This record gives sequence, C-alpha cells and structure tokens, in this order.
Amino acid sequence: MNKMKLSITGDKVFKNTTMLFAFFVFALVFLMAYEMVRGSELSLRHFGWKFLTTTTWDPVADEYGALPFIFGTLASSLLALVIALPLSIGVAIFLSELAPRWLERPVSFLVELLAAIPSIVYGLWGIFVLVPWLRNSVEPGLIKSFGYLPLFKGVPYGFGMLAAGIILAIMIIPIISSISRDVLQAIPKTQREAALALGATKWESTKIVLADGKSGLLGATLLGLGRAVGETMAVTMVIGNRSEISASLLDPGHSMASVIANEFAEATTDMYTSSLIEIALILFAVTIILNVIARLIVWSMTKKFKTT
Amino acid sequence: MIETLQMPSILSESFETDTKLETKNVNAFFGKTQALRNVSLRIQKNHVVAIIGPSGCGKSTFLRCLNRMHEVAGGSMNGTILLDGEDIHENDPVNLRRRVGMVFQKPNPFPTMSIFDNVAAGIRLNGMARKNHIAETVERSLQQAALWNEVKDSLSKSGMSISGGQQQRLCIARALAVNPEVLLMDEPASALDPISTAKIEELIYELKKDYTIVIVTHNMQQAARVSDETAFFYLGEIIEFDNTKKIFTAPSIKQTEDYVTGRFG
Repeated sequence: MNKMKLSITGDKVFKNTTMLFAFFVFALVFLMAYEMVRGSELSLRHFGWKFLTTTTWDPVADEYGALPFIFGTLASSLLALVIALPLSIGVAIFLSELAPRWLERPVSFLVELLAAIPSIVYGLWGIFVLVPWLRNSVEPGLIKSFGYLPLFKGVPYGFGMLAAGIILAIMIIPIISSISRDVLQAIPKTQREAALALGATKWESTKIVLADGKSGLLGATLLGLGRAVGETMAVTMVIGNRSEISASLLDPGHSMASVIANEFAEATTDMYTSSLIEIALILFAVTIILNVIARLIVWSMTKKFKTT
Repeated sequence: MIETLQMPSILSESFETDTKLETKNVNAFFGKTQALRNVSLRIQKNHVVAIIGPSGCGKSTFLRCLNRMHEVAGGSMNGTILLDGEDIHENDPVNLRRRVGMVFQKPNPFPTMSIFDNVAAGIRLNGMARKNHIAETVERSLQQAALWNEVKDSLSKSGMSISGGQQQRLCIARALAVNPEVLLMDEPASALDPISTAKIEELIYELKKDYTIVIVTHNMQQAARVSDETAFFYLGEIIEFDNTKKIFTAPSIKQTEDYVTGRFG
C-alpha cells in the first residue's frame, strides 16, 4: 500500500516536471515575441505602418523602411520555390512510387542528409562556385537571349537575387521532397491498386495518388517556403546586400534575415537597432504563421487517411 | 437409345458453355516463398467460380495472377493463363486489366472524386471519353451495381460520403464501367454488414448474365449461395474443383469434406 502511494507520487512528480519542460517551450516563444516587441517599440511608435511600405533605408538620416527587405525575402523565396518544387515533387514521386526498395532507402537518406549541411557551407559553395559560374556562363547568356525582359536586364554581377534563389532552392529541396514522400507514402496501397486494376498505367495511378495527396503536398511546399523565408547565412553571402527593389533577377538585393545579420553589429543609433529588431519581429511572425498553416495541413491530411 | 446419350446435367452444361479463363500448372512466388503450386483450373463463361480455403492458402494470390495484379505486390509466376485462349502474358497488363476487372476486400473509392467521377475514372483513363457517352456509361454501371436509385440525386457528392456497403457497390460500378469481360472479387463482402452482404450476393447473381466472375471468400455459405463451381485451395494447391453443390454436399476428397464441414480451417 505504502509502495503504491510512493509510486503514484513519483508519477505525479514525473508528469509535472515533464509538463513544466513542455510549457517552457511555449514560454520561450512568448518571451521572444515580447522581447522583440519591446526592443522595436521605438521604431514601431515612430514609423507605424509606414515601416512596411517605405523603401528608404538611411542610417545617416535615421530614416528606416523595410519594404526592400520584405520584397527581397519574398522574391528570393518564391524563386527558390519555383525551382525547388518540381524537382522535389519529382524526387518524392520517384521514391514513393517508382524506386525499388534497395534504392529508396539510400536515396532518401542522402536527400535528408542535404538538410543537415550547415548553411554557411552552402554559402561558401555559393561564393566560390555558384556565383562565378553565374557571372561567367549563365548570366551573360541570359542577358543576350532574354535581355529585353525586365526580369533579365542588367549587369552580370553573379551576386544577386538569382544566386540567392538557387542556393535557397537547393536548401529547401530536402524538406519539400522528404515531407512530400511521407505524404505520398501515407496514401494507402489500395488506392494505387484500385487505379491499376482499372487499367491505369503507372503514370495514371500516380496522378490519382497526387490528387489524393494534394493538400499534404501543399503543406510540404509551405514548410519549404517557411524555411526559405527564414534562411540567413547562405542568402547573406550571395544576395549582394543592396537595399533596392529591382525587377531583374540579376540585380543584387537584400532580405530581412540578411539585413539583420549584416547590419546589427554596426547599428549605432537606438532607432537603427530598433528598426532592425522590428524586421526580426516581422520575420518571426511570418515564419510562425507559415509553419503553423503548413503543419495543420499536413497533419489533417495524414490523419484523414489513417482513419479510412 | 436417346436416353443413353444424355449426359449428366453438370457435364452437359459444361460442354454447352465455352471456356473463358484457363490456368495451366501455375506456380506463383513472393520472393522465395511459393504461394501457388501447379494450379490448373478451367473457368466457364458466365459462370461464378468461388475460391475457398483457409487463410494463407493462396486464394488471393491466385485471383491476382488472373489479371497480373500479383506483379504490383512484387510477385512472379510461371505456367500459363489463357483468356479466351490467349496467353495473358503476351499482352500489356494495362490492356489485360481492362478486360479482367477487380473488386477489393475493403471498399476503396477515390476520396477526392465525386460519386460520378469515381465511376467515370476508368473510362477517362481509357481515353474513350466523350461527354454524353460518359454520363450514359456511369448511369448504366451504377444501375448494374444496384446503386443508381440510392445515389442518382447525389452524384456530385464525395465517394466517401456514402455507407461502406454503398461504397463497395460504387467500386463494383467503377469496375463495370470499363466494360470488362471477367470480374475478380477478393472477399468483396468481408468488411460489410449482413444486409450489405446480401445485396452484394444478389448483385453477383445478376451480374453473371453478362460477366464471368471469380470470387474469393472466407464465408462458405456465401460460396454455396453465389457460385456455380467451387475450388478448394490448401497450402497453395488446388485440392478439389467441382460443381458447388457437389463440393458442399458430397466432396470426393476427405480434406475438402473436413474443411466445408468446419473440422479445420
């Protein structure tokens, strides 16, 4: 009897301590948000909503507007998505529908390994391999053949939005493809059999599987986008770091994460620091919203198939 | 003189109708395990053949070999299977499966498609799609599957919105829509309630006018009710194949008798 009681108190202590750890995570998120709001109070008060819509970024005059960085983050992330999405879905289809089992395991492992490479390594590769290659081979060709389009006007610097987009694409391929593969594998085998037994080809049965997994694939894409939006180091190293909005992919730009990384150490005035913290707050909100939406979509999809 | 020429009814019947499917010495393998041993069977046109036997006896494998669905699960086979006298391995499995349709154990409608689109899925795959033609075929198939009256006002609803029994009849309609010659059914009623089961059984009786049906079942009463011939499988071998009445009342082999009377299995 005594022993029983002891073990129950033990369980209680155990439960409450682990619960404390779990709440600690929540607390951390709230504290971070609180600190950022507090830190950016000065700029929030002074610039208001205008902060989001003005393009001046002038530390000398102490005038700050975040639009070029918001644009840079959106443009580089969307470019990355355009490049990465077809590739990732292709990888996921191959792994879940076509690859023999002996090949699926090692390829899946390699794809996931790509996600573990530190972003500084991607950045270095970007500076020493990707950027020279873009500058010497790709961009002159693009300007020559498509230079009449605003998208490809300019000087072949190498550093710029295109380089950032490509680096980001490589970095989000592992996330999108491994989650997409999980999504496709969660769709029951009986769906494929139903299609094949109707006389569907492998391609046609895959189309049906893709339709079943549509929402999950959307979730995977949003998670990839979330990663691209928040990525800092590799982007900072290749995006060119110029706070301008340009229609051309070849021009240098700046992203929210890269401006914080680049300028925080040299932010001399209170307003300067406060403005950078406000950019961090925006970035924080955007990534949290993207991730929550994406997780909800993936979760509801895999759940739907588990119950049927 | 004329009397002596008359054959027993079973035999005369099998001479009148012709062979739809024939298997000769079929062996099937999954990796190193052999699932079927030397299975030879002749299935008559417009007959219902039931495959019975304890779990793991190879009945589902046999069914899947008939439209090469065993390949999807990584199986292989040797021996010959003839459909209308032609070797099924000489043709593309895609074409074979349009002639030999299949209904599975658990209803598996496509969840993102409406009832209408589920039935139309196969026709659209086959590329023989003309709009009014599709609507006609969908209606005919749903009628054949005895589901039309229940769903005719909700064709645009999701295929998952109807009951399990209705979903299974939807799957039957989907299989019928591509106009197969043979219908394979892998325990089609095992996941259903008794009323839905009775409906499926009635349906099988109706369908045999137009189709040749092979049905795998765990339920011996069901085999006795719906089939013309019954094959008893045990450990991958065919033990006995005969007229259903004979299998259930006077089987010639002791093992069959033990199984159908419930002494093992």
